[in-house]
Amino acid sequence: MSDLWRSVNARGRIVLALVLAVLLALPLVADRYVLSVLTLIFYFAYVGQAWNLMMGYAGQLSLGHALYVGLGGYVAALLWLDFGIGPWLGVFAAVAVAAGFGAAIGWLGFRFGIAGVYFALLTIAFTEFTRIGFDHLGATGGAAGLFLPFEEKRMGEWWNLRGGQLLFYYLALALAAGAVLLVALITQSRLGYRLIAVREDETAARALGIDAFAVKMAAVVISSAMTAVGGVFYAFYYNNLFPSQVFEMSRSIELILAPIVGGLGTVFGPVIGAFVLTPLGEVLIAVTARLGVDAPGVKAVFYGVILIVIIYAMPTGVWPRLAGWFGLRSRSP
Amino acid sequence: MTALLSAANLSKRFRGLVAVDQVTFEVAAGEIFAVIGPNGAGKTTLFAMLAGALAPDDGTVTFAGARIDGLTPDAVCRRGIGRTFQIVRPFPGLSVEDNVLVGALLRRTDTRSARAHARAVLAALDLADKRAALASSLTLPDRKRLEVARALATDPKLLLLDEVMAGLRPTENDRMVSILKQLNRDTGITILLIEHVMRAVMALAGRVLVLHHGAAIAQGTPEAVVRDPAVIASYLGAEAVG
Repeated sequence: MSDLWRSVNARGRIVLALVLAVLLALPLVADRYVLSVLTLIFYFAYVGQAWNLMMGYAGQLSLGHALYVGLGGYVAALLWLDFGIGPWLGVFAAVAVAAGFGAAIGWLGFRFGIAGVYFALLTIAFTEFTRIGFDHLGATGGAAGLFLPFEEKRMGEWWNLRGGQLLFYYLALALAAGAVLLVALITQSRLGYRLIAVREDETAARALGIDAFAVKMAAVVISSAMTAVGGVFYAFYYNNLFPSQVFEMSRSIELILAPIVGGLGTVFGPVIGAFVLTPLGEVLIAVTARLGVDAPGVKAVFYGVILIVIIYAMPTGVWPRLAGWFGLRSRSP
Repeated sequence: MTALLSAANLSKRFRGLVAVDQVTFEVAAGEIFAVIGPNGAGKTTLFAMLAGALAPDDGTVTFAGARIDGLTPDAVCRRGIGRTFQIVRPFPGLSVEDNVLVGALLRRTDTRSARAHARAVLAALDLADKRAALASSLTLPDRKRLEVARALATDPKLLLLDEVMAGLRPTENDRMVSILKQLNRDTGITILLIEHVMRAVMALAGRVLVLHHGAAIAQGTPEAVVRDPAVIASYLGAEAVG
């Protein structure tokens, strides 16, 4: 941990401390809407970070991370609804189930040498048939979905994640900050260097004694476990789960945009990406509403165009560019 | 002599083609052993079987008293064999130091001591001043030495070098020879090299194995091997003797 702090330069430390202080104090002044947007930003920073570990560091393309969000959410929600087990305990079961699925997909892919886009197809396939399965599973509410009761008298039961915007704001902030810290620690560890080695050149990595299979398995298990925690948050924040929504392909895509735009394989990339994209979506909603353009898909078209421009202008991501401009690049230790 | 590495009746066929045919040899601890032969002689296939990249069809490879044939490349490395690639494969997005660090982390769990080890290895290979550079920005001679540094950082007992001289100018060649000689002298590391550049083989190797059409046709000191009529006929050509 101390090595980690030392690897950040002086200016970086100040910026980091300032940003954290502002975000911690913000609920004193910000209104509910601003907090809800920030909560969404933290959520996407968090799940984006989980995906970043797999794609950005281990180089394994998953286009089915919505699977782990959904599984995490469903497991925790069902434990709460059917057995009265609260989310702080349920999250362990959620993590176990999602990590189990992650391990199964990883094992199939990595053991049989399914790599690149074919691995991505495998992740899509698993997510799709899980979606169809949940659509038809009576015990999980089927296509009609699952609703977490919103009772006034339970408000403020933070131990059951029953609370208002403020609770979820701080929870999401803690998740995002925790994910940044975790990934930062991993990148400075033996595992981190092994992930990158496998990403850069698997044959060369194996010649250096690295068990590439084990390394990729570690990546998919950690990533799916992390994502499942995001799923628990999602379920208790929105209080409803529909298979056609949570396991939807577009959910998997939505969650990978922040790390791609922010900078793959960088610790702060997913965070910066979420800070760019989520407000952008909100602004587009406001602008199209103000202009009175309500044709379906208008927002998506603008969003897509802006995405293309950003990625064209900064192909390695926004964060590396920002870090360069503001002198935040970490020193080599 | 106690053999660190021994290959017995090693064979590999690709469809009808016998790439390596019943090759037997031993490498003693601490020696520098070269495998030479014309193009297509089976050197690379032999190398791949020693490094775990290919499983032999027949025969055995024994290293430090245990069979290693058929093990995966990473398992072979963990047993104590470091290898380089003929076509260099640095991790392009990592710095020179981090490339070597990945190797150093094989036997060290904390990055701090691994980094110290990586720096020592880089110094031994004349790469200390380039440690912060991206591996993809290095020139070929530097990349060749980076290959060796990375393999060396895994603390191998045996270093397998796949044509590390290929593509180097004579001065660079001599530099590599002197570095390898010094490594062998200072650390006692055993080196097996596959080599085309005879000048380097003559300067480095204590013993040489000559392959031709997959079979071992001669074995001995470099001086004896280059005078062997079979070797001259098949590989070196008459002018090499003069």
